[in-house]
This record gives sequence, structure tokens and C-alpha cells, in this order.
Amino acid sequence: MSFNSFAEFLHMGGYGFYVWLSYGFTAALLIILVINSKRKEKQLFAKISQRLKREAKLKQVAKQNSGKIKQEQVNPETVNTDQFNTTQENKG
Amino acid sequence: MWKWLHPYSNPQTTYNLCGTLTPWFAGISAILLTIGLAMSLVFSPPDYQQGESVRIFYIHVPSAMLSMGIYLGMAISALCALVWQMKLTETSIAAMAPVGATFTAIALFTGAAWGKPMWGTWWVWDARLTSELILLFLYLGVIALHNAFEDKELAGKAASVLALVGVINLPIIHYSVEWWNTLHQGATISKFDKPSMSTDMLIPFAISFFGFAFMVASLICIRFKAEIIARNSMRPWVKALAMEKEAN
Repeated sequence: MSFNSFAEFLHMGGYGFYVWLSYGFTAALLIILVINSKRKEKQLFAKISQRLKREAKLKQVAKQNSGKIKQEQVNPETVNTDQFNTTQENKG
Repeated sequence: MWKWLHPYSNPQTTYNLCGTLTPWFAGISAILLTIGLAMSLVFSPPDYQQGESVRIFYIHVPSAMLSMGIYLGMAISALCALVWQMKLTETSIAAMAPVGATFTAIALFTGAAWGKPMWGTWWVWDARLTSELILLFLYLGVIALHNAFEDKELAGKAASVLALVGVINLPIIHYSVEWWNTLHQGATISKFDKPSMSTDMLIPFAISFFGFAFMVASLICIRFKAEIIARNSMRPWVKALAMEKEAN
């Protein structure tokens, strides 16, 4: 142990400011990097599962609409607008 | 060797390998860094000339060495990506660049914080300092190129070329203290002779170096996993993983 007291440890033989500045900067930067790295994958998975849900919903709507065409002979333009609206809703 | 390497050209296999390695790397790094930094901050002796300011070196030197090491790894990946068209090595460049940039910034900042009391200035346009600053810009350039293109393959190729061209900077950084008359001191550790450092300083240095090295490894694994997912988001295995994560 090269220090006799905690105050001496903080003082660092007069270089306290520079030593703690270096260690503090390093710690801060590394903490940011760790958090950023960990968050990245989580965000990607959240995005992908959101996309999957939207795709599933769109598929369902498309199925319902194609059923309608067969039953009621709705003209294709209204079906398309329907689909477009659902996409917009899901995005929001 | 090719037979052994072959399965790892499959993104899923590599993703899983990174997943198993990450906790080990992170654990080893946490243990080594705790011991190493405690030793370097409290137990190592002050330098006879620099006094306590020598404690900055236990993070300055490892991060400077790692900043160059990561760049070398990135350049090798770039070579593999450009010559053998390996998709995953291209992906790994995107994972390594931010980690390398962070350690370069740490090396520059801690060097400046030591330079102020020792040299009397935060910064000089000396060969070693300038070439290390260029290294930071190279890292930032690679990151910027990756973000500049919507098409990840095009981005990967452009970044690979920059990473490979920039490798010329590594010998310049290393030999800058010999080629030019600089303010920065010569090599202490990375020379072919015996390191000119006393053992009670060398041990804490070595422990913190390996602590930082394992930290780099775990961070690169974490980021590599994310980059693999970003480039394979349409694959069934990624979709299955996303559903699994959603369920948890």
C-alpha cells in the first residue's frame, strides 16, 4: 500500500486532479459504450418482432378481404384502400 | 483449418458462439480489471520521477495498445472481406470500429491529462500524438461509412477499403517515437528487449491490460451479435429468436 490515509489517496501527491480526471473519463466512456452495445441488439429484436406482428396482421386483413371479394364481388379499388388504411394504422 | 472454420461462415453458428463466449469474457474482464486497477491505484509504488501521476499509465498504455490491436484486427477482417468475400468478416468491422474508437479516445485523453502536469501542455503536434489522432479519425471514418449507406453490403465494402488503406498508420504510430525526434517517450513494453519497467509496476500493468483486452473481446462479441441480427433480419432463425425474446 503506498498511501497512509484516504485523503492522501485522493490527493495523489499533488496529481489528484489529473489522475482522477483520467480514471473518471475512462470509466464514463466505457460505461456509455457498454450500455450502448447492450441496447443495440435489444432494439433490433424489438423492431423485428414489431415488423413480424405487422406482417401477420396484414396477412390476416388480406385474407379477410380476399374472402369478401369472393362473397360480395367488391371492386378491387376499395379493397386496396382498405389495405392501405390498415398499414397506416399499424404504423402509428 | 478450412474445415474447422467452415461452419462459422454461417451467421447463426457465429451468433451462438458469440453468445456463449460473451459472459466468460465479461466475467474474466471484471475480475482482472478489479484486481488490476486496485493494484495500480493503491498498491503500486509511485514513480521516482513522475510521482503518483504514473498511475495514469495503467489505463493509458493498455488502451493505446488495444486501440492499435483492434485496428489490426479490423484491417485483417477487411482483407478477408475484400479478397475472399467473407460476409461475416465485413460484419465484424462494424462491430470493432466503435470499440476501437472509444479506446483511442481514452488513450488520447489520458495522455493529455498526463501531459499537462508532466510536459506542461495538454497537446503538442508531435508525431506520436498526431498519428494516434489520425487513428481516431480513421475509426470515425469507418463508422461514418457504415452509417452513410442504406445498403449494408455497399457500406461494408467501402468501410473495408478504408480500414485496409488506413493500416499504413499502424507502423507510423509504432515507430513514430524512433523515426522522429518527439516529445513522447520511446517504447517500454512492446520491444524485443526486456521491458524496462520494475516488476511491481509491470504486474499491475499486465493485469489491467488483460482486463481491458477481455473487456474489448466481450464488447466486440456483443456488438457483433447485434450486427449479425441487423444483416439477417429476414432469416427464419432471427424471426424465431425475436418471437422468443418477445415471449420472455
